[in-house]
Amino acid sequence: MDKAKIGTCWLDGCSGCHMSLLDLDEGIVAVLEKADIVFGPLVDAQEWPEGVDVAVIEGAVSSQDDLKLAKIARVRSKVVVALGDCAVTGNVPSMRNGIPTRKLLERVYVEGATERPGTERPGVPTDGVPALLKQAQPLHSAIKVDVHVPGCPPKPSAILFVLSELLEGREPDLGSKLRFG
Amino acid sequence: MTDKVKVRIDGEVIAATAGQTILEVARAHDKYIPALCYMEGLSAVGACRLCMVEVSGVARLLPACTTPVQEGLAVATTSPQIQSYRKMVIELLLVERNHVCAVCVSSGHCELQTLAQDHGVTHVRYPYNYPRLSVDTTHPRYVLDHNRCVLCSRCVRTCAEIEGAHVWDIAGRGIHSRLVSELQRPWGEATSCTSCGKCVQACPTGAMAEKGWGVEEMTKQRAGVSRLTSMREGQ
Repeated sequence: MDKAKIGTCWLDGCSGCHMSLLDLDEGIVAVLEKADIVFGPLVDAQEWPEGVDVAVIEGAVSSQDDLKLAKIARVRSKVVVALGDCAVTGNVPSMRNGIPTRKLLERVYVEGATERPGTERPGVPTDGVPALLKQAQPLHSAIKVDVHVPGCPPKPSAILFVLSELLEGREPDLGSKLRFG
Repeated sequence: MTDKVKVRIDGEVIAATAGQTILEVARAHDKYIPALCYMEGLSAVGACRLCMVEVSGVARLLPACTTPVQEGLAVATTSPQIQSYRKMVIELLLVERNHVCAVCVSSGHCELQTLAQDHGVTHVRYPYNYPRLSVDTTHPRYVLDHNRCVLCSRCVRTCAEIEGAHVWDIAGRGIHSRLVSELQRPWGEATSCTSCGKCVQACPTGAMAEKGWGVEEMTKQRAGVSRLTSMREGQ
């Protein structure tokens, strides 16, 4: 039998959820016996492949690139897992949501910058960075999410439980493993 | 003179005293009814709607914290309908303000967070409100963060009923309701505040905290506040 395919991605978050995923320790062996990780910050693939079984998505949807990747992951994957508080609730990235985007960027890149003689005047970067969305939103506001795993970050044991259940074809019920923050 | 009454909670016949509320009787017999605005030792206001129960013969749900028991009353503390309403209430509390557990002093010791986890709230189905709210740091020892306030009014009642200072009140209506100290004066300038800190201990979330604590570090001594009332009643 072919191995299942897991894809992961990191939207607006701190990568802590991916660190927690790495923190499965020897638990990762059992996962990798049943599945390959085919996309994500941990592997080399440049494009989200077709036919992924489980998409594990960290971070809030905060920029146009986040939205694009989330939508691609959704159409090319059977099951989508929102991993961690940012993906589930918006969490820390959503703390900017009460501030208009332009004001926010100017506060950080203009008012917050130190002007030094002989260097370029500070300004809001536009080259090579994706435009911010009006608000950082939880993943389920952008795409359909099948499994929510809150936590900041989710405990490795919770991640292992969810992946194991999904790879066995069951719907994971976090029960007492459910934890925010 | 106390009148004894018999009530039935989840099928079990329980002897209670007339005048007790459903919530008091249930808790005294280890029956779980969730509540956020209720705190032992304070008057009950029925604000949070988490303790709604089914009473046979009554078509609508009733708040257990403000409904007194009567002879023959039969109560169901849970049902699929009640559970679904409780979940909704918790989710609506979470979308109303900015509850960011990851950066909260009370994470791990928060009653709202615990309720969400215990009721299987894996995510919130409603759009978040993301209001812009202030943080009052003017008091030398305590801080009030409106982002985390659920308007349970425990602090209002603790200050008015136990400390007797009545620094706190709720101003505004509906979604614009805000906790205020002394007619909108900053907390640090409230002359009637005795700085006793009982409001901080009574607060179920991280809305009120002592200064100087980091994430997850603020634990509260709610039982101590409740005990003051029972000791005074004994006098």
